[in-house]
Amino acid sequence: MAIRIKESGLATSVQDLGRPGYYHLGIPISGAMDRFAMRAANLLIGNDESDAGLEAVFMGPVMEFTEDSFVAVTGAEMQPRVDGEPRETWTSFPIKAGQTLSFDFLKKGARIYIAIKGGIDVPVVLGSRATYALGALGGLDGRSLRPGDELQTWASVVKPVEGATVPADLRRLPGNPAQIRVMPGLYWHRLTEESGSLFFRDIWKVATEADRIGYRFRGGNALQFVERKQPFGAGSDPSNIVDSCYPYGSIQVPSGTEPIVLHRDAVSGGGYFMLGTVISSDMDLIGQLQPNMETRFVAVNMEEAISAREQRNANLNQVRKLLN
Amino acid sequence: MTTKTVLSPLPGIFYRKPSPEDPVYKAEGEPCETGAVIGLVEVMKSFHEVKSDVDGTVVKFLVNDEEAVVAGQPLMEVEE
Repeated sequence: MAIRIKESGLATSVQDLGRPGYYHLGIPISGAMDRFAMRAANLLIGNDESDAGLEAVFMGPVMEFTEDSFVAVTGAEMQPRVDGEPRETWTSFPIKAGQTLSFDFLKKGARIYIAIKGGIDVPVVLGSRATYALGALGGLDGRSLRPGDELQTWASVVKPVEGATVPADLRRLPGNPAQIRVMPGLYWHRLTEESGSLFFRDIWKVATEADRIGYRFRGGNALQFVERKQPFGAGSDPSNIVDSCYPYGSIQVPSGTEPIVLHRDAVSGGGYFMLGTVISSDMDLIGQLQPNMETRFVAVNMEEAISAREQRNANLNQVRKLLN
Repeated sequence: MTTKTVLSPLPGIFYRKPSPEDPVYKAEGEPCETGAVIGLVEVMKSFHEVKSDVDGTVVKFLVNDEEAVVAGQPLMEVEE
């Protein structure tokens, strides 16, 4: 045994980089909502990027270590403490058998990623250790952690370096208002021109219902739809379509009022129109949005989306180079 | 006598009552002991009790019922 969970926080779960390949069967990709932070946490202590760690939202867990280990905490700004002594985020630090890791209040962002030397040893389910709590799949018994849980880690021959750090300019948290880039598409034609441009001009606010399944926003203008006779198989609301696949990052707007961005634990299909898709390089940012945060959606085209992805990959490669 | 504040552990919506029909958990002027529930924060479709970490008398609330709060925001002043 390596770690005993004394307090579990709000919804702390075992996550890795996810479970791609089964979404067409209704099993979501799961994994860390902020994958850059998850990768960086692992790299900081010499783990594989794909090793399993913990994702904690809004509130950190309290964990007692029963073996000497190394830890790195990335993502949101939430100060870690070892037996009450402060430690830096985005920086590796050792922890000894008998010591307790705890956290201060959240200051910025929404989710921390806790990597532990060797990675967390839970069974691999469909190619991943990620928890999909809604489907009771993966992680520790398919659920979020509870007080009293015990986690094992893999033995590792790697000797992590104390004080390895990701420079501040390579860390990434949303601004205020957060700017989330979107490629209009799929069912964009369902909106009137005026309504479509209002969507990108409005300031939206993250709703309290935002979670790993989807991030809901409110506060902007209700959408106006182009009139049509609903096709056979579609529901009667103008926001309904004939059932279709829901991509990761797609934005559905049930009844045209509150946009929902589907995230790692989303359902894979249904009957709501999608006005567009958040570009892959900005999905990490959504995982760091707190409720009530102001957000603007910014329209981009495919070229801009691909160049944003290249930029993110370049940043990740820089972190890999610095830490390897 | 010193004044201390109780902070919100979570971002979300702060409620001073367990349900709309019930009285507030803590009124101004009432005694408040460590561990006493002072309100709820709603986030991610669930409600979480906010407990006092100080002993004393409630001076005043710094946020209104059903107001949006961020993590670490002062909710209530307590005089020890």
